[in-house]
Amino acid sequence: MKSTLKLALGLASAALASTAVSTAAHAEDLTLCWAAWDPANALVELSKDFTKQTGIGMKFEFVPWTNYADRFLNELNSHGKLCDLIIGDSQWIGGAAENGHYVKLNDFFDKEKIKMDDFVPATVVGYSEWPKNTPNYWALPAMGDVVGWTYRKDWFSRPELQKEFKEKYGWDLAPPKTFDQLKQIAEFFQKRQIDGKTVYGASIYTERGSEGITMGAMDVLYSYGFQYENPKKPYEMEGYVNSEKSVKGLEFYKALYDCCTPPGASNSYMGEGVDAFKSGQVAMHMNFAFTWPGLQKDENVGGDKIGYFVNPKGPDGDQFAQLGGQGISVVSYSDKQESALKYIKWFANKDVQAKWWSLGGYSCLNAVVNDPKFPSSQPYAQAFLDSMAIVKDFWAEPSYAPLLQASQKRFHDYVVAGQGSAKDALDGLVKDWTQVFQDDGKM
Amino acid sequence: MLNRTADNAARATPEPLAKKIRGISDKGLAWLFISPTILLLLAINIFPLFWAIYLSFTNFRANRPNEVVKNLGLSNYQRILGDQDIWIAMQTTAHFVFWTILLQTVIGFTLAWLIDRKFRGHAFWTTIILVPMMLSPAVVGNFWRFLYEPQIGLFSYVISFVTGIPPTNVQMLSNVELAPWAIIIVDTWMWTPYVMLICLAGLRSIPEYIYEAAEVDRASNWRQFWSITLPMALPFIMLAVLFRGIENFKMFDMVNLLTGGGPGSTTEVASITLKRQAFESWRTGYSSAFAIILFVAVFGLANIYVKALNKVKQR
Repeated sequence: MKSTLKLALGLASAALASTAVSTAAHAEDLTLCWAAWDPANALVELSKDFTKQTGIGMKFEFVPWTNYADRFLNELNSHGKLCDLIIGDSQWIGGAAENGHYVKLNDFFDKEKIKMDDFVPATVVGYSEWPKNTPNYWALPAMGDVVGWTYRKDWFSRPELQKEFKEKYGWDLAPPKTFDQLKQIAEFFQKRQIDGKTVYGASIYTERGSEGITMGAMDVLYSYGFQYENPKKPYEMEGYVNSEKSVKGLEFYKALYDCCTPPGASNSYMGEGVDAFKSGQVAMHMNFAFTWPGLQKDENVGGDKIGYFVNPKGPDGDQFAQLGGQGISVVSYSDKQESALKYIKWFANKDVQAKWWSLGGYSCLNAVVNDPKFPSSQPYAQAFLDSMAIVKDFWAEPSYAPLLQASQKRFHDYVVAGQGSAKDALDGLVKDWTQVFQDDGKM
Repeated sequence: MLNRTADNAARATPEPLAKKIRGISDKGLAWLFISPTILLLLAINIFPLFWAIYLSFTNFRANRPNEVVKNLGLSNYQRILGDQDIWIAMQTTAHFVFWTILLQTVIGFTLAWLIDRKFRGHAFWTTIILVPMMLSPAVVGNFWRFLYEPQIGLFSYVISFVTGIPPTNVQMLSNVELAPWAIIIVDTWMWTPYVMLICLAGLRSIPEYIYEAAEVDRASNWRQFWSITLPMALPFIMLAVLFRGIENFKMFDMVNLLTGGGPGSTTEVASITLKRQAFESWRTGYSSAFAIILFVAVFGLANIYVKALNKVKQR
C-alpha cells in the first residue's frame, strides 16, 4: 500500500514538474500578428528555423485582409498583449509611432549593427520611418510589395490576335508601356470569345470597404501627376490633389472600369482579382506582387501562360506604382520584448532573407534583391524590382484611417456609382482631407 | 421528504446568516434577487449610454487614448446635422425601412390570411415559409451574393430567362438603381415569415362567433374582411411593423454582406455610416453624437407609434 502511495505521489510530482516546464516553455513563445495570406504561410515555414536556433516557439495570429486593420488596430488601441510582434500595414506607422504602440528600434539597430542602408530605400521610408525621411525607425522592412500587373502571355502571343490587334491599333500586342496602351488592350479583349469562353479586359481594384479602390485609383493617379500636397508647403492640397492632371487620371480610371472590367466587378480587391485571373476571365490583372508566386504556380494560368509588367507610364511619361508591403515591429505592450527583438535580429540576417525570398516572401534586403542572380531567380523578379524602384505610398499620418475612408468614398462614388464628375470627387477629397488635418491641428 | 430536506437546509444555514436573512423584509428580498440584473443593466446599458452622451460632446478618438480630450460643446451635433452625407444615409435608411415594411406587411399578412384558411397541408407549408427566418443573416447575405452574381448567379439567369436580358447585364449589386432593391428583396424574403407569424396569431385570436354573426347578417366575405378581420388583426400588424421598423432602422449585417454600402454610397444606411465613423475613421466623439441622434430618433418615433398602437387596441 505504502509503495503504491509513493508511486502515486511520484507520478503526481512528475506530472506537476512537466506541467511547470511546459508552462515555462510556453511563456517564452512569441505571437506574431499578420494578415492571412500566402506570404504568412511562408513566414510560418521560415520561422521554424528561428525556433530551432533559439528554442523560442512561434505562434501566429493571422486575420483575413478584410478584417486585418479593424482587428489589429483595435488590439493596439486597447493596449492588448496578444501580439508580441506585428507586421503592420505601412500606413499605420505614423499612428503606431505617435500613440506608442510600437517600440522604437534605433538603439536596438545600433546595438545589433543592423543598418537601414542595407535595405531598399523606398521600403525603409515606407515601412520603418516616422516622421517620414527622418532616421526614426519603428519597424524592420519585412515584406516588400507593390502594385503591378499580370497578363495572359498565351493570349497575347496568339498570331491571329496579334494580327487583329495590329490592324486595329497599329502597334504590336505586347505588355503596355503607357496607360493609353493598357486601355486599348483591355478594350480589345473585352467580351472577346477565347476558347469558347467570354473574357474581359482587366481586373482592377474597386473595393469599397477597406482600401481597395484607393490603392487602385492611386496607382493610376500618381503617373498622371497627382500629388498629395505642395512639396514646399505640407498639407496644402488645393491644386495638387485636384489638379487637372489628377482629374484626367481619375477619369481614366473610371473609363477603364466602365469599358473593360468583368460584369459585377464593383467591389473587387486582391482576392477577387486573383479569382478573376485564375478562372481565365481577364487578360490583365492589377494586383500586389505578393499574389504573383501563387499565380505563377497555378496549373491553369501560371507557368508559360502568365507574364508580368510594371505599372505603365502616364501621359507625361511619369511612372509610379502604389507601395504595398509592411515592416515588422515589436509591440510596446508585449511582456516578451527581448525575445521579440531576438526575432527581428534573426530576421534581418542575410541568409534568412534569402530563404524568405525563396519561400515566397518578398525580401527588402539589398543584398538579396541586388544579387546578380535575383532577376532571373523567378519569372516575376525583374518586374518586382522595377516596380519597387517607382513606388509612392498613401498618407501614413496618424489620421490615415479617416483620410483613407474619405478617398474610398469619393473614388467609389465617382468611379463605380458614377455620381458627379472626377473634379467633384477630387474637390470633395480636398475638403475632407483638409477637415481631417484641421481636426488634428495640423492646418 | 421535501419538508425534511428543507428543514435540513435551514439547519445547515449558519446561525448568524440565518438571523440576517430572517430580518430581511419581502421588499428587501425582492431587491436582493433583482439587484444582480439591475447591476448588469447599469454596467452594460445605462453606463455606456451616459458615457456615449459624454463622449458626444468631445473630440475623443479611441485610437488615440493618450491625447487630451477637448470639450467641443454642440459642435459634433452641428456638424452631423449639417453634413450632407449623413442626410443621404438617413434618406437611404428611410427608403429601405419604408419599402421593406410595406412589402413584408402586405405579403406577410396575405400569407397569414391564406395559411389561416387551414387547407390540407397548411402546417407543412407554414414550416416551409418559416425557413428563411431561421437562417443566420450572415448565411443569407453570403448566399444571396452568389445568387445575384451576374456571371454564375441563379437570380440573374431567372431574370434573363423571363425578360431576355443577358444575365451579365443583370448586375443587382453593382447597379446604382438596382442595388437598394437587391437588399430590399433579400430582407423581404428573410423577414416576411416573421410578420406572417405575428399576423397569423392576430387572425387566430379573432373569435369565430363574430364571423358566424356576420354570416347571419349576410355580410359578404369582402365586408367581413374589412369590418372584422382587418380591424381586429390591426394591433398585431402594427406590432409587427414596430418590430420590423426598429430592426430595419439599425440594419447592418445584410447590407454589409451584400454591398458594403456600395456601389458608391448608394446603399450606405445610417448604421454603416456610423460603423465607418466609429471603427474605421476612429472619430469616437463624432460617432457617439451620431449614435445619440439615431437613438433619439428611433426612441421618439417608437414612442409616438406605441401611443398610436395603444389607441387602436382600445378601440
